[in-house]
Amino acid sequence: MSAPLLEVSNLQMHFPVREGLFLRARAFNRAVDGVSFTINPGETLGLVGESGCGKSTLGRCITRLYTPTGGSIRFAGEDITHMRPRTLRPLRQDIQMIFQDPMESLNARHTVGDILEEPFTVHRIGDRIWRRKRVAELLNIVGLPARSATRFPFEFSGGQRQRIGIARAIALNPRLVICDEPVSALDVSIQSQILNLLVDLQREFNLAYLFIAHDLAVVKHVSDRVAIMYLGKIVETAPSETLYREASHPYTQSLISAIPVPDPHRKAQRDVLRGDVPSPINPPTGCSFHPRCPRAEPRCSEAEPGLAPLTGTHAAACHLLARSG
Amino acid sequence: MALLEVDQLVTEFATDEGLVRAVDGVSFTVDAGATLGIVGESGCGKSVTALSIMRLLPQPMGRIAGGSLLFQGTDLARLDIPEMQKIRGRRIGMVFQEPMTALNPVHTIGRQLTEGMLLHKVCEPANALRAAADMLDRVGIPSPDLRLGEYPHQLSGGMRQRVVIAMALACEPDLLIADEPTTALDVTIQAQILELIADLQKRMGMAVIMITHDLGVIAETCEQVVVMYAGKVAEQGSVFDIFDRPAHPYTRGLLASIPRLETEAKSRLGVIEGMVPGLRDLPLGCRFENRCTFAVDRCREQLPAPEQVAAGHAVSCLRWQEL
Repeated sequence: MSAPLLEVSNLQMHFPVREGLFLRARAFNRAVDGVSFTINPGETLGLVGESGCGKSTLGRCITRLYTPTGGSIRFAGEDITHMRPRTLRPLRQDIQMIFQDPMESLNARHTVGDILEEPFTVHRIGDRIWRRKRVAELLNIVGLPARSATRFPFEFSGGQRQRIGIARAIALNPRLVICDEPVSALDVSIQSQILNLLVDLQREFNLAYLFIAHDLAVVKHVSDRVAIMYLGKIVETAPSETLYREASHPYTQSLISAIPVPDPHRKAQRDVLRGDVPSPINPPTGCSFHPRCPRAEPRCSEAEPGLAPLTGTHAAACHLLARSG
Repeated sequence: MALLEVDQLVTEFATDEGLVRAVDGVSFTVDAGATLGIVGESGCGKSVTALSIMRLLPQPMGRIAGGSLLFQGTDLARLDIPEMQKIRGRRIGMVFQEPMTALNPVHTIGRQLTEGMLLHKVCEPANALRAAADMLDRVGIPSPDLRLGEYPHQLSGGMRQRVVIAMALACEPDLLIADEPTTALDVTIQAQILELIADLQKRMGMAVIMITHDLGVIAETCEQVVVMYAGKVAEQGSVFDIFDRPAHPYTRGLLASIPRLETEAKSRLGVIEGMVPGLRDLPLGCRFENRCTFAVDRCREQLPAPEQVAAGHAVSCLRWQEL
C-alpha cells in the first residue's frame, strides 16, 4: 500500500467556553477529542455521526479553517497542524471543501463564472483567456451548460448549485476534498445525481474524499471505509461492507437499526436508543456512550475504552468487545 | 369508515407573476385510525395540501380554489373562521417540521400546552396544568412537572418535538397531520419520535397523515400512500402497491434513486434526470414528461387521468400498462 495522503493522529479541538467579567475559559467544549485516522490517495473515508458529534469541526480542522488544540495533521507527509497561512497557501490547492448549503457558500452577488474563476485568481494561475476556457471545461465536467457562467447562483436549483460548489472544489485539481453533508439539503432524485457525480469525479481525477454526513446509508454507498463518531471520538471504523454486516459497537448497531428501511415487508423490530446525546462540554465519565448503551456494565462508567482492533481493518472502542475478542 | 375525504382539491397562490396552482385536483381518503403517507419532493404540494386541510394557508395570497375537504361530514373548505377554529387543534392536530419555530420562545411549555386545552374547554382551568403534565408524561418527557415551567430553548431538539406532539395531541384529536415531523432530527431521535407517534395513535385511535420526503419513513409507518409530483397525485395505493408494484415511472425512479444499506458501495444509483418543472410554466401534458424515460409524443399533449391498476391502486400515467 502507498503512503497515506492524510494522516490525522490524536487530533483535539477544544473550544473554550468563556464566561464572566474577564471572559475566562471556565470550561472546554471537547468537539473533537483524540481522533486518529488515515486516508489514502483516491480513497473515500466516510465519517458518520449525529449532530454535535464533532464531525464538521473535524473537517474544518483538516482544511485548517480551525487550528487544532492538540494532535497532528500530516498531509502528503508534511505536518500542517500549525503551519502559518503563508506556507499553507500552496497546500490549500490540494485540500478543497464542499459544503452542505451551496446557497450560503456561493457569493450571491458574483456570477457563476466569477465564482469559478476566483480560485485561479487567488493562486495566480493562467491568464484571462485560459481561465475562461477552464471555467467552461469545469461546467461541462459537472454537467452544467456553458452559458451558466454568466448567471447568478439564485437562478439555479439546489442540485445545480451543488454542482457549482463541486466545480469550484475541483477547479485546482485537489488531491483531497472534504465533503461536509454535500447532499443532505437535496431531494432524493437530485441526491442520487450528485452522489453519482462525486463517484465519477473520484475515478476520473483520483480524488480522495473525507465524506461527512449523518445518513449512514448515503455514507456507506460512497465510502471505502467508514468511521462512526460519537461525542468527539471515533467509536468504530471498518471497510463499509464490514461495518454494515458486522457492526460491533453498540452505538453503531443502534444507528443502523434506527434507519427506516424503504421496504414495508421489513417493518423494524428495532432497539430504539433512549435519551439524547450528552453535552461535549461535560461528557460522561468512562465510555461517553454508557448512559445510553443498552449493554453498559459498571466498568463502562469508570474507564474509557480505546479504539482497539477486532480484525486487521476493523476497530472499535468498547470494553465488551475487548473481552470477547 | 372515511374520516377525511379530500376530493379534487385545488389550492392557488396569488404571486407577483400571477396565479400559481400549488395543488391541482388532489383526491384521497383517510380512514378513522389509519395512517396515510404523502410523499414527494420539495414543491410537489404535499405541505400545501396539509395547510389547506388545516385552513392555515398564508393570507391573503393562498386560497382553496376548488374541491372539497369532507371531515366527519363537514366540508372544511367552506367553513367560516370561527367554525374552523373549533376544529383546528381540537379535532385535527398538526405537528410541524421545525419544533423551534412551532413553539413560542417567550412562553413556558406549560402555558403553551394549556392554551389549546383551555381554548377548546377540554378541561377545567384548575386542572389544566395537571393535564398538561400528564400529556408530557405520555410523550415520554422525564420530570414533566419541572418542564412545565421551562422555556423551549432549555430543551433538546427531540424533547421540543415531543412537546409539539404533546400540544397537537392535548385535545385528543381524531386526525393528526404530521408534516416532516422528524426531518430536522437525528436518526436515533427520529426512531424515538416515530415510535411515539405510532404508540399514541394506537392508544388514542386517531388517524395520521404523515407527510415526508423519506420513503423509509413511509414504508415504516403508513398503510396507504399518495405519491405527489408537481401539484398532482402521480400514484396512490397501499404501501405494498407502491413499494412492490409501483406503476408510475416517477415512483419507480424514486425507489431506484435511494441509497440502501445493502447496495454495493460506489455502484451507480438510479437517477431521474432533469428537474421538476416550475409551477409557473407547467407543461400541457403529463408533468413528469420532461424527466420520464418512457415519454412519447402523446405524453406531451395529453394530461393523464388516474386509472385503476387494481382495487385501491391508481396511477396517472398514459403508458402504465405498456411498462
